[in-house]
Amino acid sequence: MKIKKNIALSESGFVFDPSTGDSFTTNPIGLEIITMLKEGKSRGEIKSAITKKYNVDGATFEKDSYDFINMLDKHNLTESYEKEKN
Amino acid sequence: MRKKKINVAVTGLNNIDSPGPGIPVIRALKESKVFDVRIVGLSYEALEPGIYMHELVDKTYQIPLPSAGKASLMERLQYIHSVEKIDVIIPNFDAELFNFITLSDKLKKELNINVFVPTLAQFEDRHKANLSAYGKKHKIKVPYGKVIFSAASIPSLVSEFTYPMVVKGKFYDAYIAYNQEQAHTYFNKISAKWGLPIIIQEFVTGQEVNVTALGDGKGNTIGAVPMRKQYITDKGKAWSGISIEDENLMAMTKQLIKSTKWKGGMELEIIKTVKGDYYLLEINPRFPAWVYLAVGCGQNHPDALVQLALGKPVKPFKKYDIGKMFIRYSYDMIVSLKEFETISTLGEL
Repeated sequence: MKIKKNIALSESGFVFDPSTGDSFTTNPIGLEIITMLKEGKSRGEIKSAITKKYNVDGATFEKDSYDFINMLDKHNLTESYEKEKN
Repeated sequence: MRKKKINVAVTGLNNIDSPGPGIPVIRALKESKVFDVRIVGLSYEALEPGIYMHELVDKTYQIPLPSAGKASLMERLQYIHSVEKIDVIIPNFDAELFNFITLSDKLKKELNINVFVPTLAQFEDRHKANLSAYGKKHKIKVPYGKVIFSAASIPSLVSEFTYPMVVKGKFYDAYIAYNQEQAHTYFNKISAKWGLPIIIQEFVTGQEVNVTALGDGKGNTIGAVPMRKQYITDKGKAWSGISIEDENLMAMTKQLIKSTKWKGGMELEIIKTVKGDYYLLEINPRFPAWVYLAVGCGQNHPDALVQLALGKPVKPFKKYDIGKMFIRYSYDMIVSLKEFETISTLGEL
């Protein structure tokens, strides 16, 4: 799972997709996850970083991150969407 | 650098809820780095807001409706030119373009007025009614379409189309018909306003994207900026939009301009499907009302058009800002009755 390369992220949590003109806002944890995805980190690495930093157990993170990443996919922000399309 | 003073006449001063491109074009020209532009407005009705926007429009003249024909238009332009010494005319309505295109040589020869518009062949070829053939000729995907002249043809459409289908007027208006009854209603509604024929088009779903572009008439794209509408009015017009990055869309635009040797401003209306296919819905043979977004993105298309019209070499724009937005607003001007009286009775203000 990778975020499309051209997606613009701002520190405020504003996400902009220049190819569609769509924009979204995310909370600070969502921003951290998208940033890590953009850096090419694996889901395991992201899970480890988030569970270490915040008071959340692995199972809860798995469930929530699954929903979140599905949402990114649904909004065409991921490369898996790009591949599927082509 | 000292800017050259020129007089440019512009139509489309109807800056209303379904706006003409005149005022955005004028705003672009006022920002020219090459010209010091005096604007002569050309209006059809006394309530076109641009007539009263004196900070943008220096003088306005009423001109005859396109249906009056080109002889009466020429006569009126001769009079206006005798007063204003017009260098360039930028027509901004589809319905008036035929007259301006067919008069362009005469205007140049007799009055030395420059009009940088598509050729008659370019203008006729891209008519909605000819879109299918146009797509084949220029190797561009277009939705399947058919021209009909009578509502009696609607029932038999089911052999070629499935509902929903798009019912379009030859100049303006388009509705999505979900059944035969709606197709009949829209046929009558559109034909009563814009006449026949009516175009029936396959309904292609996806994201609508638009491009404002300028061709130099030799196959080169001088500028192109793609936009996605963010807020659409009940009349289907963009109230806000954002410039986007789309290499495929730019390639399609450049290919079309190269293949057609398009001369002048244009707007492409395109549907991008989920699969990533691009279908051309329409070519508007003039700048769109959102052309000022291109200026905001670093490409002043109206200014470049005026330079081309005056025979100056123009280098193609190489880039534009992505993620720039436009948001329209409405504004109530207070106008004295005297001004309304003057334009209504004397035909100039």
